[in-house]
Amino acid sequence: MTGPLGKDLLGLESLSGEQIRLILDTAEPFKEISERAIKKVPTLRGSTIVNLFFEASTRTRVSFEFAQKRLSADAVNVAASGSSVSKGETLVDTARNLEAMRIDMVVIRHGASGAARFLAERIESNVINAGDGTHEHPTQALLDMLTLRDHFKRLAGLRICICGDVLHSRVARSNMWGLQKMGAEVAVCGPRSLLPNAIDEMGVTVFRHIEDAIQWADALNILRLQLERMQGGYIPSLREYNRVFGVSSERLNRAPKDLLILHPGPMNRGVEIDSDVADGPHSVILNQVTNGVAVRMAVLYLLSGGKPELAEAAKGGGGR
Amino acid sequence: MTTNALLLRGGRLVDPSQGLDEVGDLLITDGVVEAIGRVGEVRRDGNALETIDVAGRVVSPGFIDVHCHLREPGREEVETIATGARAAAAGGFTAVCAMPNTDPVTDNQAAVGFIISQAKRAGGSKVYPIGAISIGQLGETLAEFGEMIGAGAVAVSDDGKPVVSAQLMRTALEYARTFGIPVADHCEEPTLAMGGAMNEGVMSARLGLRGIPAEAEEIMAIRDILLARRTGGHIHLCHMSTKGSVELIRWGKERGINVTAEVCPHHLSLTEESVEGYNTNAKMNPPLRTAADVAALQDAVKDGTIDVIATDHAPHHYDEKERAFADAPNGIVGLETALSVNLTWLVHRGTLDVPTLVEKMACAPARIFKLPGGSLRRGAPADVTVFDAEVAWTVDPARFRSKGRNTPYAGMTLRGRVDCTLVDGRVVYRRGD
Repeated sequence: MTGPLGKDLLGLESLSGEQIRLILDTAEPFKEISERAIKKVPTLRGSTIVNLFFEASTRTRVSFEFAQKRLSADAVNVAASGSSVSKGETLVDTARNLEAMRIDMVVIRHGASGAARFLAERIESNVINAGDGTHEHPTQALLDMLTLRDHFKRLAGLRICICGDVLHSRVARSNMWGLQKMGAEVAVCGPRSLLPNAIDEMGVTVFRHIEDAIQWADALNILRLQLERMQGGYIPSLREYNRVFGVSSERLNRAPKDLLILHPGPMNRGVEIDSDVADGPHSVILNQVTNGVAVRMAVLYLLSGGKPELAEAAKGGGGR
Repeated sequence: MTTNALLLRGGRLVDPSQGLDEVGDLLITDGVVEAIGRVGEVRRDGNALETIDVAGRVVSPGFIDVHCHLREPGREEVETIATGARAAAAGGFTAVCAMPNTDPVTDNQAAVGFIISQAKRAGGSKVYPIGAISIGQLGETLAEFGEMIGAGAVAVSDDGKPVVSAQLMRTALEYARTFGIPVADHCEEPTLAMGGAMNEGVMSARLGLRGIPAEAEEIMAIRDILLARRTGGHIHLCHMSTKGSVELIRWGKERGINVTAEVCPHHLSLTEESVEGYNTNAKMNPPLRTAADVAALQDAVKDGTIDVIATDHAPHHYDEKERAFADAPNGIVGLETALSVNLTWLVHRGTLDVPTLVEKMACAPARIFKLPGGSLRRGAPADVTVFDAEVAWTVDPARFRSKGRNTPYAGMTLRGRVDCTLVDGRVVYRRGD
């Protein structure tokens, strides 16, 4: 059964602004479920979902699991690993085996860009991309957008700067596409060695100095700096990174207005973000985590064929 | 059954080696070209004379592919010398040069001899081995060029393993000069290209795939050209893919440096857009580039900056390409689509005429690699390709003679295809057989 999003959620580049709005709107009524004493509705009762994680993940996997459990789906976690080549072989065989077990949905996290699409093209089940290589991480960007919308009551016209390692970030790509489709202005700021060479052709503003980005933006989405980037020779040291690109309260205090602070986690305190910013009054980092469950419930619901206008009623058990 | 005499009647005889482009007959006797002439001029003078009507077809010197991978020894499940030589024949190639990235590496006279002996039994196109530059393609110790040439090698190359050491490349050029053979190099600066899966640009940024910048090729191309200038050796640059490389080759040729270059049909026809959807059959190294690169390469073929078109035929097993993009191997099959792709994108779109295409696929390869063939002159070996330059057909990889099915042209309708291929006067391929 194909819903308003199509069979799969592979990325935000291929979605329309209308479809993104639909997911965010559908997430609204699902927020409330997590606030109840008994956090469970029967919406996806009888659905079988596999969480197929080829890369270690705590936050995203747990968030998907809670979303599934709170919707009463039957979920199984599969943690797979292997060498670069065996990953690919495993993927084909895993896809066929899963299909043979008559499942309804797969949530996949994989280290290779395009892996979610690869799987989606080979099985009939719905596929949700929970992060593929350096390509996309659509539910992360959706929860970022929901958090921004909660605060600003709109996305159109907002100025969002994505800070840090854009080159290797699937979160950055999904946010760039999603925010632009929703009418926001997107900028990036980071060392040129951690931005794609073709960034100037991707419809975003590029700031060389974090101070300029802070002057311009309404919100910063601060990416995690993977420690292996330093070993890979992209930057000379974490110390210098913090001094040149780190977001500190000292820098934020010079902004003309208060900036909303987002971070997809996990944070390197004292590297890309200082603790007083992460824990400060304008940080919505934990709101992001809370919204993650609601957004993932919305995605699960819509892909399973749920009617968006019935999301409120669906919480009681009908609507599929 | 061997045919002592064979008449190809009424074809369009195209042979740039002697400035020939006219309708006529071609008479082959005992494996060599006996006579060419206008229709009817050549009379049948013996009872055993067999005739093939080739009216409306182009009759050209057999194509020669100076760059292919036949996978034997080592990966016989993917291709063998026999299947490769038959695929070559089906693509109109009367000779192919086999790269040394076999297992074990073709880096000694015995390995060269093995390929020659397998090729003799194959019954397809001729196969000329290319020996490795360094032992084991490791880029350390020079292989025995002289011994390998003695056994039948026609060139040396470390193929997909770029010769990183400039000093080793210098020595190879000097040493190869002794024997008058080209040194063929896969130009790739390894630290820039490391981990790359496609062309570096907007497309790679969008898809989240690590890119290979054009400069990875160009830096090595100019290094090789400069070393050829220093040594006087013959550098042959494999599968050039960028506009910048074209400019560097032009620079070298203008200065009289002994540099020749090849380009592949896929780099003359497709762009990085083919990778969309993580299509592993559009993954090769060097990668598909941009429309500006394709245009520059087409112009370079036309103006002579690029000398030959070679396939870089690289069969892979279906399972190997059935992977996430970054994990899939590089390479596509090319022998059975090369002519059609070149006709479709170069001739029918007005960039090249048929004689120039024949020059790039038959005459120039023979000249540059000093191989027999590449001509329909009287007395030349009767290595002949007969093709229909117009007919439209749809590529169905299941019908390939190659074991490889990995092609980005699957399902595409191309124009022009091979009807008949003759090696030493013997029909090695005839469409419909």
